[in-house]
Amino acid sequence: MRRENRKRQHDGHGFLMIAPMYLFTLLFVFAPLCYMVILSFLTRAEVWGVVHEVTLDNYRNIMTPVYLRTFYESLKLAGICVVLIILTGYPFGYFMAKLSSVWKRRVSMLLMIPFWTSALIRMYGWIIIFRSNGVLDKLLMGLHITKEPLKLLYTYPAVVVGMVYALVPFMIFAVYSSAEKMDWSLVEAARDLGASPAKAFFTVTLKLTMPGLLSGVVLTFIPSMGLFFIADILGGNKVVLVGSLIQEQLMKARNWPFAAALSVVLMLLTSLIIWLYRKITKVRELEGFY
Amino acid sequence: MKQSILTLQGIEKSFDDTKVLKGIHLEIGEGEFITFLGPSGCGKTTTLRIISGLEQPDAGRVFLAGEDVTELAPEKRDVNTVFQNYALFPHMNVHDNVAYGMKIRKTPKQEIRERVTTALAMVQLSGYEKRMPAQLSGGQRQRVAIARAIVNRPKVLLLDEPLGALDLQLRRQMQVELKRLQRKLGITFIYITHDQEEAINMSSRIVVMHDGVLEQVGTPDEVYYHPRTSYVAQFVGNANILTGKIVRREEGILSVLMDQEMVHVMDNGNALVGDMAVIAVRSEHILVTKECTGTGLAALVKEKSFAGGMLRMTLVLKDGKLLVASRHGIDADCEEGDQVFCCWEPEQAVLVDEGKQKEGAAAQR
Repeated sequence: MRRENRKRQHDGHGFLMIAPMYLFTLLFVFAPLCYMVILSFLTRAEVWGVVHEVTLDNYRNIMTPVYLRTFYESLKLAGICVVLIILTGYPFGYFMAKLSSVWKRRVSMLLMIPFWTSALIRMYGWIIIFRSNGVLDKLLMGLHITKEPLKLLYTYPAVVVGMVYALVPFMIFAVYSSAEKMDWSLVEAARDLGASPAKAFFTVTLKLTMPGLLSGVVLTFIPSMGLFFIADILGGNKVVLVGSLIQEQLMKARNWPFAAALSVVLMLLTSLIIWLYRKITKVRELEGFY
Repeated sequence: MKQSILTLQGIEKSFDDTKVLKGIHLEIGEGEFITFLGPSGCGKTTTLRIISGLEQPDAGRVFLAGEDVTELAPEKRDVNTVFQNYALFPHMNVHDNVAYGMKIRKTPKQEIRERVTTALAMVQLSGYEKRMPAQLSGGQRQRVAIARAIVNRPKVLLLDEPLGALDLQLRRQMQVELKRLQRKLGITFIYITHDQEEAINMSSRIVVMHDGVLEQVGTPDEVYYHPRTSYVAQFVGNANILTGKIVRREEGILSVLMDQEMVHVMDNGNALVGDMAVIAVRSEHILVTKECTGTGLAALVKEKSFAGGMLRMTLVLKDGKLLVASRHGIDADCEEGDQVFCCWEPEQAVLVDEGKQKEGAAAQR
């Protein structure tokens, strides 16, 4: 009976109600995606646009060491960033879920406020902090921790800090929403059954907040491959990401097919990594905690 | 009492300036089925959490099998809890839930499997090993929670209103099963409930708690037939409480004067003529008649209801106090608004709150 009802809903009004969403997705996500994939198999025109000649040259081009290296560097940077984001964002989200409701509201407000400013402008803020004799240097030298300017701006760590700073709120909110829903009496049950606080955390809390952690990783890993402006602003020209490369090929070199091919490979790569990550965490769940 | 397994010494606990436990002293023997009975907010769950180590007392000590465990973390105590909401791990199947404690203690896998099988058989859930908690009914979850606790063979098993969420029929059935289980295992059960019937049915001893103090500790019989305080008499036996002055002692019976009316109560040998007396009479012992037969309280029938095979009458006494009388079967001869007399056999009325008055006097001194 109930199943019949549900079926009827799918056939009739139910579909009509979600149709706009499908239409939107079709128009603004699926169609551009198809266009991009098609573009990646075409040839670049002499001056402007593309020539309709099907070729695999764009993909062959990616396989050259220069571009492969860029992919590798991007992945490495994204990996480092995500690890740091987990290490900082997870505890933050976890403890935030344990705050009283008043403080929860206050802290989420504080986390939201920076988003009211453009991310680009916030990155310029980091320049002021990082540059030689900037805020950080003055502070460290004033406290006699360092003797001379650290020259942090336009270095790899500066890029990492910028990325982590820009993306950590996504991890915090993802973990928070997951930890918020958790029944804390389960931790008490684990303790009661003989688990130390650490063991209880790894066997119960971490497992139950895994969905939040996972979506946090997805939300931060993908952008950290492509946030080229952070690498440009804080890394100078020293750190070249796939994102920068795509932007360069598209805007400066005007090689649309190659930029499209790079995008397709980047997308496939991220999907593969996320699929692997999911697979690994699932397997660990099945294995238990030995 | 057999050898003592758990001792509470002067346990005190406050939350945000509210004193929840005001000095709990209790000794629990090995193999007892002891029930903490009291309304919500009386401190019974807090007491349980202090025993399990999930809460630290502000003052007092907890001894488990002679060892002071007051400062010991919950995982280091040989005590397991069946939580009110069951607290089953939703990401583990029944087997893994039950095996959790043993896995933590690195019990050999073979032994884990055997003990899980035995424990599940004991709660009649054999064959449910692979089910997830979400796929179980409330009663089944309850059984898993019990199996998860008893499989570790704790010295004491704590049960925090474990049957609270079940329907009446299932609750009765589980009461019988829990009792059978307790006898079979010989583990000390400390059971929490606010249901006096449940407490009387299951326990070897009942601890009546009220407002952070132990009102009375005794066997179900003692608590039911010889309540020490008016609170216990009301909470456990739904008794009526009357106050008056003792005017005469005669052949084991005390006569108590209430305003101008005389009532009788069994002499317990302690009370003195001239003392104030608080009397508890259970509703089913009050006889309601139309004619006065010597002594009796004049009253007006205010309300009459019939439920569950019992006739319940609310009566108004001369001083405006309410009295409840109940009996099996229907007495048709009284109607609402009738003038009646209430009396009882002297041996069915008990003096209560004596200790309290004395304790109060001692405290003042």
